[in-house]
Amino acid sequence: MKRNFLKAAAAGAGALLVSQTGFAQKRYDSGATDKEIKIGNINPYSGPASAYGAIGKTMDAYFKKINAEGGINGRMIKFITLDDGYNPSRTLEMARKLAEEEEVLATVGVLGTPTNSAIHKYMNQKKMPQLFVATGATKWGDPKNFPWTMGWQPNYQGESMIYAQHLLESKPNAKIGILYQNDDYGKDYLKGFIDGLGDKGKTMIVKQLTYEVTDATVDSQMVELKASGADVFFNITTPKFAAQAIKKAAEIGWKPQHYLNNVSNSVGAVMLPAGAENGVGILSVFYLKDPTDSQWANTPEFKEWMTFMQRYMPGADLKDLNIVFGYTLAQGTVQVLKQAGDNLTRENIMRQAANIEMNLPMLLPGVNVKTGADDFYPIERGQLARWDGKTWVLQGKIFGR
Amino acid sequence: MNDIANRKWVWIGGLVLLAALCVLPFLVKNFRVFQFNMVMIYAIAVLGLNILTGYNGQISLGHGAFYAIGAYIAAILMDRAGIPYWSTLPVAALACFVFGYLMGFPALRLGGHYLALATFALALAVPQMLKYKAIEGWTGGVQGIVLSKPEPPFEFSFLGQPLSSDRWLYFYILFVTLIMFLIAWRLLRGRVGRALVAIRDHPIAASAMGINLPVYKSLAFGVSAAFTGVAGALSAAAVAFVSPDSFTSFLSITFLVGVVVGGLASIPGAIAGAIFIQFVPNFADEISKSAPWAIYGIFLILLMYLMPEGTAGLFRRIWARLRPSSSGTKTAETAPAISTAAPQSVGGSQS
Repeated sequence: MKRNFLKAAAAGAGALLVSQTGFAQKRYDSGATDKEIKIGNINPYSGPASAYGAIGKTMDAYFKKINAEGGINGRMIKFITLDDGYNPSRTLEMARKLAEEEEVLATVGVLGTPTNSAIHKYMNQKKMPQLFVATGATKWGDPKNFPWTMGWQPNYQGESMIYAQHLLESKPNAKIGILYQNDDYGKDYLKGFIDGLGDKGKTMIVKQLTYEVTDATVDSQMVELKASGADVFFNITTPKFAAQAIKKAAEIGWKPQHYLNNVSNSVGAVMLPAGAENGVGILSVFYLKDPTDSQWANTPEFKEWMTFMQRYMPGADLKDLNIVFGYTLAQGTVQVLKQAGDNLTRENIMRQAANIEMNLPMLLPGVNVKTGADDFYPIERGQLARWDGKTWVLQGKIFGR
Repeated sequence: MNDIANRKWVWIGGLVLLAALCVLPFLVKNFRVFQFNMVMIYAIAVLGLNILTGYNGQISLGHGAFYAIGAYIAAILMDRAGIPYWSTLPVAALACFVFGYLMGFPALRLGGHYLALATFALALAVPQMLKYKAIEGWTGGVQGIVLSKPEPPFEFSFLGQPLSSDRWLYFYILFVTLIMFLIAWRLLRGRVGRALVAIRDHPIAASAMGINLPVYKSLAFGVSAAFTGVAGALSAAAVAFVSPDSFTSFLSITFLVGVVVGGLASIPGAIAGAIFIQFVPNFADEISKSAPWAIYGIFLILLMYLMPEGTAGLFRRIWARLRPSSSGTKTAETAPAISTAAPQSVGGSQS
């Protein structure tokens, strides 16, 4: 009896709510109200990949700044970020917590390829936006089969195409040697490169070698590549092996035109361990403004970032590119929420995310964010930079789309 | 007289507990049910490791590997062969038993921390081997295998909550957990259990009494691996995804933490250990984003200070204090033998 009464009361209250929102033309899914928008995120704050935790912390800090400035259309952002330790089964647990317990409106910037793979199906079944995932795998831009998932950073295939494009323009008669890690990441890069070269370009590849993550070194592969007579080297390796390859090439006196994937263009983790002078001339794709690059220091965009850092993240490492990544990702999120206006349904979030065209302050000039109903790859442009022995020097035009 | 009355109460208590466990999933959200499922799965894995480490005194830092093997066998059977999820358990158990039994042979010659290192190597190697390209067609390489969650075979609802696939899995896992605990209880309460404890406490004396050390030690390894493999197979169904990154070496350490927190050589302790490894990391993450593992570590250190014999030891002590008269003789006989022996064996193996 009592339960029935409660039910009736709840139904009445619900009806009242519906009619009210109907008048105001506001539409909400769970996670959004007149006062706040709940956004979820999963990051590795512990475990082997905890360096990426800086991304989640930066997003949190940026949303605090937005809230301090009055929020988005009068609503505060409640950012719930959880730790999965880069363990896919924990990622699923956390995703379920966000969807079923916290009932967030959308998730943004969940980090990692295996971790996002674990929740890919769940999020799409649940019709929960898995927006701007922080991984470069190409599979995230598949709106036909996975309409609730969208990538963010340039995908591996897109980046490879930039190298191919540059190569065709600068050295049309090259003999190409390729070393790639024998897994999905390596194959993703390789596919983009071969597609980018086109039918004629494919014949330019004289040697393709692989290594396993479990291998101790890539020395023998480097010797073999040199022996093949290749004068262009596409280096698809993770940081440890990238440093080895650069060092070995210098030791055996092989000086090809050297393309290094974005995954391994960290100054601290690759270029310096490989020997700063060994890497002179290497080309790699960039899309964010590196905070250590002095040419940005006096621009208003950079100063704005510095003010943000001093105010909301005092003590953070200003050389950490992950912070710039998180900052940019949070700005993209804010744009989507702004565009969604008072129609804060999950469906509209995805519709707005698939309808953006903007420039963000810490992206390189000319690199933009652009999506469409069938284009779920937000950032697809990049610029090549050349290692001069001390730092990466941007050069040439903006490549991509 | 007293004993019969006691037994009656144990039965009633057990049935009430079982009824509570059956109602529980309908009182909470699906997400919580999923967490309870993981607790039960971890409890089986921790129990498996406890058979080896707690009862037999062999330290293993490699049980994450058996968990991974169990999970992958279940996933491959479900994904490639289309075999229903429940029939993957015996296969996973058997395969892990054989694998663990074989691993038990080198363990015969390695003691203490050497064994810990050898098993740790296993934990490090298995995730790498899962990525090996020759078997990539089966394992899915680094991408792993995405599975479909088992659907409940019939529609049912209770307290206004439908029997969702999580709730169905809950009952399935609860059933398996009960069976696994029963097996462990039957095994460890009898001759085999006593033989294992004897080997742990004094191997020379044990062999003088006619216990076949190599057979028992490698069997303990095999059974322990089989338990953990079953847990792995259940996790494949519950999480509906396996990948090499799900089974890093840290998982093995987590299991050992579960054993120590629950209490060495304690069957119910496995449940406390599982609750700890499931919920404390989440709790630590809520306290601090900067150093969740430091918080986790502080919890662990505090626990070791407050409950040096694990949760089981604490309960035993409280129990002994509450009921000094009736079952006092019973606890006095068994409890100290276990609780003092456990640290001794660890200390002994290190010297």
